[in-house]
Amino acid sequence: MRWVNRQIDRKDRLLLGAAPILLLVLVYLVLAAQRHAANPFDKILPLPDGMAKAMAALLFEPDQLSGNFVFWADTLASLERLGLGLGIATLMALLVGLVVGLLPPVRATFGPLITGIAVIPPIALLPILFIALGLGETSKVALIVIGIAPVMIRDIAAHVAALPREQIIKAQTLGASSWQILIRVALPQAMPRLLHAIRLSLGPAWVFLISAEAIAADVGLGYRIFLVRRYLSMDVIIPYVAWIALLAIAMDVALSTLSRKAFPWAHGAGH
Amino acid sequence: MSALLTLRDVWVEYGDKVVLEKVNLGVEAGAFVSIIGPSGAGKSTLLRVILGQEAPTQGSILLDGQPLAPECGPDRGVVFQRYSVFPHLTALENTVFGLECAKAPFLTRLYGSARRAAMGEATAMLQAVGLGDSLHVYPAQLSGGMQQRLAIAQALVKRPRILLLDEPFGALDPGIRADMHALIVKLWRDYALTIIMVTHDLREAFTLGTRVLAIDKRRHDPHAPHRYGATAVYDLPLRDRVAPVAQAEAEIASETTCSS
Repeated sequence: MRWVNRQIDRKDRLLLGAAPILLLVLVYLVLAAQRHAANPFDKILPLPDGMAKAMAALLFEPDQLSGNFVFWADTLASLERLGLGLGIATLMALLVGLVVGLLPPVRATFGPLITGIAVIPPIALLPILFIALGLGETSKVALIVIGIAPVMIRDIAAHVAALPREQIIKAQTLGASSWQILIRVALPQAMPRLLHAIRLSLGPAWVFLISAEAIAADVGLGYRIFLVRRYLSMDVIIPYVAWIALLAIAMDVALSTLSRKAFPWAHGAGH
Repeated sequence: MSALLTLRDVWVEYGDKVVLEKVNLGVEAGAFVSIIGPSGAGKSTLLRVILGQEAPTQGSILLDGQPLAPECGPDRGVVFQRYSVFPHLTALENTVFGLECAKAPFLTRLYGSARRAAMGEATAMLQAVGLGDSLHVYPAQLSGGMQQRLAIAQALVKRPRILLLDEPFGALDPGIRADMHALIVKLWRDYALTIIMVTHDLREAFTLGTRVLAIDKRRHDPHAPHRYGATAVYDLPLRDRVAPVAQAEAEIASETTCSS
């Protein structure tokens, strides 16, 4: 049988998918064990019990200076920044993307500006943001928004502009105004695409979050990773990175499920 | 007899390419006009001009004696070959949409008794086109023929003065097409519609129409083929729709082969 025709059933898929991950974990454990055999105080490849011990302190014991549970305070601060950034960017993508995609005069006016902003590397703007908005939360959220909003806006605008001309004409023959076409024809059809755009923007959003936190912050997942790097604390960095990955996967799955549940018509119901 | 729709000396040009030239046309209320012609002759352009999707370069179009704005409106309904239903709305929502647009300009949603009345009207329309059992189904779950039925119901619920059909049955297989022919003739009679249909199927044009318009170029310049546009070269009224059909069909077939 040709490989292109080999379908994998659900049980085998889980098994096959887990295999390379388990293999990587195994390779890591073997290497870590070897290093610890040579030097019991090795910090570069910590063993699971070392990570558990280091993390337990951050998870369950309040910090002596601030009285916070460090891990949870970091998670909360990062998710708050990420959520705000994603939320504002999503709202902008929806509002601006819809009108730019649907209304030719608006597209002619703002299209070049959006394209211009989109090509600027967002990290290059970070100094400007720090100078203009200070080192607080605002500049971190702003970096995420500036980093992902232009791409999302352009995606939504392109999607709306690509709606079949026949649909827009048909709506007009049914008596719809520009406003009615916007909210009843373009908006609902942009929603599944918007969720998709958020999913694709999650990766860049995390990059901008960690970057902003690494440069100027006093709490946050990215801040912690870059702080403990000074002490070679791989036993904290590795669990933190795993935790970030877990959060990102959870968000992606949640968005994908939401899209399928809320917009069944967009997910190939029928033929 | 006063015409419902009048085209006076209509020209359509794209740059220096002339697509339609000097089209003069009067369509009476209750007519079923079929427009035929070779590919690229400007059949669809003519339909788009009547629809208001495009403005003529010169000339005027009158509906009930009033000049038409170069914009689509609820007085002219349309069914395209594809993409003329909204994929995110169920069949019933697709049909109610036209009623909601007129009665709820801001929210485009109706509530209470107005909503029930609109739902009832839309349901009746869907039953008339044979979709009474598929009210809550999304277009993607409907077959091609059923999607076209839905597109027709959606247009008719607005009671347009003229229904424009742009190769509406072109993508359907022959059996379904015959059903759709029967349906459109029934609707045309029941609702006293005025229909203008573009088609590339001669048999369809002659069996359905009360009048057949053939669009083609009258003149041809071999060095600059784009400088002459198409116009109505034949205008065949088919008043007695039983006997002359076959004869006229043979006639137009031979004439189109001669002129090409």
